[in-house]
Amino acid sequence: MMKHLLSMDQLSSAEIVTILDTAESLRSVTDRPIKKLPTLRGRTVCNLFYEASTRTRISFELAAKRLSADVINFSADSKSSVAKGESFKDTAWTLEAMGVDAIIVRHGSSGAPHQLSQWVKASVLNAGDGQHEHPTQALLDLYSMREHFKDLEGLKVAIVGDVLHSRVARSNVKGLVTMGADVILIGPPTLIPPQAATWGARIGYDLDEVLEEIDVCYLLRVQKERQSEQLFPSLREYAALWGLDSRRLARMKPEVLVMHPGPMNRGVEIGADVSESPRSIILDQVANGLAVRMSLLYLMLGGRSEDGEVFE
Amino acid sequence: MGNAPAQKREFVVKSRLLEPDDVRRALVRISHEIVERNKGTDDLVIVGIRTRGAPLADRIAASIADFEGADVPSGALDVTLYRDDVALRGPRNLEATTVPADLDGRNVVLVDDVLYTGRTIRAAFDAVLDLGRPRAIRLAVLVDRGHRELPIRADHVGKNLPTAATEVVKVHLQEIDGEDAVLIGEYRP
Repeated sequence: MMKHLLSMDQLSSAEIVTILDTAESLRSVTDRPIKKLPTLRGRTVCNLFYEASTRTRISFELAAKRLSADVINFSADSKSSVAKGESFKDTAWTLEAMGVDAIIVRHGSSGAPHQLSQWVKASVLNAGDGQHEHPTQALLDLYSMREHFKDLEGLKVAIVGDVLHSRVARSNVKGLVTMGADVILIGPPTLIPPQAATWGARIGYDLDEVLEEIDVCYLLRVQKERQSEQLFPSLREYAALWGLDSRRLARMKPEVLVMHPGPMNRGVEIGADVSESPRSIILDQVANGLAVRMSLLYLMLGGRSEDGEVFE
Repeated sequence: MGNAPAQKREFVVKSRLLEPDDVRRALVRISHEIVERNKGTDDLVIVGIRTRGAPLADRIAASIADFEGADVPSGALDVTLYRDDVALRGPRNLEATTVPADLDGRNVVLVDDVLYTGRTIRAAFDAVLDLGRPRAIRLAVLVDRGHRELPIRADHVGKNLPTAATEVVKVHLQEIDGEDAVLIGEYRP
């Protein structure tokens, strides 16, 4: 297994399958009375978060705790050393000096986890960096799709919305393309980056055109804080053209999956009734995230075999 | 990752210690011993330790059903996450743990192919106790080859095999390896 998880680029389809299979074995731990395994006893995991996060941080924290690792949470907010002007590098070295085994990092700058991995001996897991990648989100999304469709090869997945600013979209496209899925990016032309043509996905601008053919409709969060950039006229117009409402859902295949990385803007990219429909697996995504992160922590921190090979 | 190690050591067979009929007879005897010891089949659960304990547990349960006419639940336990050598050996592929229903108050019979250092059984104790609180845990193994590192012994043994620590005992089972046999041999680099 790789030492760091920085980008979906580094994972082959065989490696993705191993991560998802391991997650599947770990998923049942959630359903038993004692939800804890002794596997990572004595290891220390640090959540280093320079950006706001609820589900990713809690998910990683719980995943580490379920495997009996010790967890430190460091949020770069007004109460931390970062507020006193400590640099990213000094913070990293401080954590290193305390002997952490893994650093889970979220940062507003693309490439920050990569930089961090060159400074420290600990394993680095990217929990979202700028507009670059969010690999664990992509892995839990692949897991969730695989739960419903045995084979990801040939699966038609539409990723709808603000692809331009979305690290979730970038990681998902890479993961899906590696697994042989057929990805269509849909959104306002201003929110589809020009280089997206090189990602191996198709590009479309009209959601209504693909409704009948897709197996998965993956909705991205409209980043309301970017509205001032005037990339689309109004939230209402966005909802009318690219929002998934019950009228559009009714035109899709009966077995279609509706997915969203959260947090949702109900009434914008997703209708309130759609998010609660039986086709929505948004809460499954959250539950699966825990299993996938346990899988990664186990595979990356479970120890090193002598010949450098992980599996017998 | 996911591939076989670069240099795969070659297993050289020195002798075959049990043939298919020997394996079958040993399992039937163990099945009778289990029922006798349990004074019937009440509260009995047979749990095989993956990989090769799992088919053995199923066979023992089937054999008990055969002569006792009672359905005894059987399951499989993956103890990888409970091993004390995870940090030394690195992560290994996990398999599903499928233990029937509730273990509280049941008599759990753990089944494994080879009893050696006892560390796998130690891990299995922890794994079982995280799933419930059985009234008793007993241990059945096809082969006991000695060299214990922990104070653990089996309640039911198919065959006691005195071995040297350098020797390797391999159990082959129809379900996994295509034949039933117990082999002794060595790894050549």
